Amino acid sequence: MTSIEDYVAVTGENVIDRLRQLARPLRGTKVVHVNSTYVGGGVAEILSKLVPLQKDLGLDVQWKVIRGEEAFFKVTKSFHNALQGVPVQLRDVVFKVYEETGVQNSEELRSILEEADIVVIHDPQPLPLLRSCPNRKGKWIWRCHIDLSHPYRPVWQYLRNYVMEYDASIFSLADFAQPLPHIQYLMPPSIDPLSEKNMDLTPEQVQAAKLQFGLDPDRLIMLQVSRFDRFKDPLGVIKSYRLVKSFAPSLQLVLAGGEATDDPEGAAVLAEVRNEADGDKDIHVLLLPPDAHVTINALQRGADLVLQKSLKEGFGLTVTEALWKGKPVIGGDAGGIRLQIVNHHTGFLVKTPEGAALRARYLLRHPDKALEMGRIAKELVRQNFLLTRNLQEYLSILVALIYGDQERIELQLKSAP
Amino acid sequence: MSTNANIEPFSVKDCALVTIATGKKAQNLKEMREHLLNIHLGSVYHHFWGGLLRPRFDDPEYNNDFAQWAHYALQDNILAEQLSVIDPDPFVNLESLRQKLLEVIEQRLDEIETVAWAKPDMQFHFLRSQMVVFDTHGKIGEPEELVEAVPKMSVGSIFYHFIDARRRSPEMMDDFRTWLRSRGADDLCTQLAAVDPYFGSLVELRRQLTDLFAKYFFRGVTG
Repeated sequence: MTSIEDYVAVTGENVIDRLRQLARPLRGTKVVHVNSTYVGGGVAEILSKLVPLQKDLGLDVQWKVIRGEEAFFKVTKSFHNALQGVPVQLRDVVFKVYEETGVQNSEELRSILEEADIVVIHDPQPLPLLRSCPNRKGKWIWRCHIDLSHPYRPVWQYLRNYVMEYDASIFSLADFAQPLPHIQYLMPPSIDPLSEKNMDLTPEQVQAAKLQFGLDPDRLIMLQVSRFDRFKDPLGVIKSYRLVKSFAPSLQLVLAGGEATDDPEGAAVLAEVRNEADGDKDIHVLLLPPDAHVTINALQRGADLVLQKSLKEGFGLTVTEALWKGKPVIGGDAGGIRLQIVNHHTGFLVKTPEGAALRARYLLRHPDKALEMGRIAKELVRQNFLLTRNLQEYLSILVALIYGDQERIELQLKSAP
Repeated sequence: MSTNANIEPFSVKDCALVTIATGKKAQNLKEMREHLLNIHLGSVYHHFWGGLLRPRFDDPEYNNDFAQWAHYALQDNILAEQLSVIDPDPFVNLESLRQKLLEVIEQRLDEIETVAWAKPDMQFHFLRSQMVVFDTHGKIGEPEELVEAVPKMSVGSIFYHFIDARRRSPEMMDDFRTWLRSRGADDLCTQLAAVDPYFGSLVELRRQLTDLFAKYFFRGVTG
């Protein structure tokens, strides 16, 4: 298992020293993270790294996952879509499934949650747990990883009633914050530079991945890595590819994604994508298992063009991953992608398939410029979007919640309450 | 320069910022003015100084968030230039900085015929921050040691001791000057007072301070 010491090589000793100092007053603090899946999706990926490191810094951390039937995950997927602005029609029975699953899970988790100093509930799935923990002694935080900038109001109003009872919320971007009666922290997520998905690979490993999926390693590759989700606009990516291919006939397109256990819509979108790609042997639609981290890493490193043409995006960790590998990214002008793509410096922000195609042609025509943008992109991630920075912000928020709400908290002057 | 065994050593501290959404946002310049009239002064501070410590591109086109918004969201480059040239450092307090902002914005409102609107997803979000200060347990006993110590400081330490200190000190003085004055290094304090911490990154500021101390103490160390 990775330890905090392992990050010295990437970030330098000073960054790790700061984390130790910041964590000192939090030693022994009981923290419980709760989400809805151990595998698949950005949240599980972040937690799988964050939790061991928080433990390594002396916090008493647990990660719990709520269980639910298929009907529950269909409901929460509808909620997820609704929070990202899609109007959904929900009958009363849906809310009943949601609430009952919360109660069922609380039977198992109540004692741990009520004893915790800090409980972090990730996304809407486990939100109702708080109501089933009347003797909770700690602070409860709702960590929203979703683009909540334009939620479908009826669903948000329903969920907001749960959120209001929390002590604080954390959103990835200011755009996502909502009127709530408690403090709202902002914290963009991060990637782990030492994970299989982001570690350095040899040229042979990159070449092997291309061959494994029938790609011609001598021809250009355009790549989008994302779940098969309409918000990721995979059909728009195919359109962009076709526009570029008329100028660069050797171009191949890879749409690589996995399935998350809490996303029942993925199969339908995948079928649409396959249908659209039908007949073009240069479009490679890859459905990858949740542990295909090295494969994704190799595909990102081997790509000539990286797209993330999302129409809605919470943060867009696949953008961060590609930037970290020195690739400028052509990304949808949405959500957290804006925080990462500094237009014309680390990539391009686009609104249409045509815009994506235009920028792709620019990068193919100016390889030196692409290289320079890639260098700046990697540095941007090193300074701002690595796991160590995320860890620092988590620790700071825990300190702020435990020690009070004044503007400046001087840790050495106070002892833990 | 006097030395006094009773004078406390310089305790090196560090800080981390937590960003907080105030829930207030502006979609045009009039809304910006209305919010600015009453917004928490911590928000004015955050949008001028907080950028140095939070995730952002290291070489931004404009140095404060108000100017960036005028350029990117309102596409009013005249206003962006007028806002970007405001240096917050000389202002005696945040209230006077707020008044300067209002003056520039109201002047611009008088000049323009129509008020430009930002797209809904390009609104200005008023943010503020909470600062967590922690002890690094580093101590500097004598002024000469600053030459070696400053380049090793984190950017958080530089921010806390050189920028945030001005809000803590009644004389708007950074921690280095406060400490050096107690050591009788008045001429060094005068040189430090001339350092403008605003137009650059914290890494650049650290280098500038390192060079200043090295030059003063006649050593060739650079950070």
